[in-house]
This record gives sequence, C-alpha cells and structure tokens, in this order.
Amino acid sequence: MIRIQEADFDLSTEIINLRKGDLQVGAVVSFLGTVRDLNEGSEVHSMTLEHYPGMTEKALEAIVSQAKARWDIRDTLIIHRVGPLKPEDQIVLVAVTSAHRAEAFAACEFMMDYLKTAAPFWKKEETTDGGRWVDARVADDAAMARWKKT
Amino acid sequence: MQIQLRFFAALREQLGVSEETIDVSDDIKTIDDLKNDLCKRNALWSEALSGNQVIRCALNQVMVDASTDLSDGAEVAFFPPVTGG
Repeated sequence: MIRIQEADFDLSTEIINLRKGDLQVGAVVSFLGTVRDLNEGSEVHSMTLEHYPGMTEKALEAIVSQAKARWDIRDTLIIHRVGPLKPEDQIVLVAVTSAHRAEAFAACEFMMDYLKTAAPFWKKEETTDGGRWVDARVADDAAMARWKKT
Repeated sequence: MQIQLRFFAALREQLGVSEETIDVSDDIKTIDDLKNDLCKRNALWSEALSGNQVIRCALNQVMVDASTDLSDGAEVAFFPPVTGG
C-alpha cells in the first residue's frame, strides 16, 4: 500500500495491519525516517514538504513493483508525509514483510534508496537564517547506484 | 502542439509559476528543445533552466532524460533533484 498524507501515523498499528492475516510472514523490516533539527549547520524550526501529486504515486508504485520483481517478499507499505513538519516528526515509513529476513532487509533498503532519488518530494526548511530548499545529497545517488551493479 | 508545463519546489518559486499551458511550434521535438525555447523568454528563465543548477524533468509524470520526444497534449514537469525521505 502507498499513502501520501499530512497526518502522522502510528508505527505499531501500521505494522500490525501490514502483516495481519498472512501466515507466510516470518519477517517484518521497517525504516522510519524522522526530521532532524540540524542541517548544514543551521537550526531548523520547521519544514514543508512539497510533492508532485500523480507522479509521486506512480514513482512509488514503480519502486514497489521493482522490489517485488527482485525479492521474494509478501507485502509492502510506504507512507510519506507532506505539508508542514517540525523537528522530531515522523516523515516516512517503508515496511516490508517476507518469509525470511534477508529478503525483507534488502527490499526495504532498496525501496528507501530508490525513494530518495526518484520520488518527487522536496523539502524546504525554515531555519534561523530564513527559508532554504534542501539540496540533494550525492550520497543518496551513490546509495541508489549500488543496486544497479548487481 | 499543446504542452502542459509544471514547475516544482525552488524552480517554481524562482519562476513564480507552478503551471501553464502553451502552444509550441513544430520544430520543437524534445524536452531539451522545449527547455531551450523557454530560456528565450528572458534572463530569469534562462538562468533558472540553463544556469548552474541541475534540473530534472518528467514527461507525463515519469522521470525521463531531456532528450525524450514530446507528444501533443503531454505534461512536462521541470524540477530540482528530489529531496524526500
């Protein structure tokens, strides 16, 4: 399932719902991303997340289908928040269920790396120095590139 | 050929426009051609789309290379590299 929402979410509830009723599931791996209060040396007061409605859903669906084609996994969940956020807020959840842990670990990391470079979200931080769009990180492109070699 | 333009994030703020529909001439075949044509509008557009900053593009809501061919009625989006997650 893919959800783009302003509202916060409860990790335990989401995991329970993701694996409920599937007796083949023996592993659940989840990644939870949160808002940091420091970025590039400036204190972040708040943040706004912009996205490209329509393309966002398409990009995330493509990520899920690639993960399912590559690993033997049972189900996936991506929740990404948009709109105003503040430090410590939950911002993204990627969760994967599978029979065994190796597939779930790999698929979860792949999906998160892919999301970071291909899903149309943009962060704008309000800091003590004013508003600033966050720059893309070279490290994120490198993280995604690893998956193309194998 | 009619094209629906979309702009996002820092680029949207820089240009002061989030979307517009334009008619382009027949000699504009690819997204790169379109981008070069938009740069002719004025210095602001030229700087935003062909300056030092990296600009990504999407055709009909799928990220593509700028050499991709356009089609009538297409939605073309320009934006900075993504920073979600």
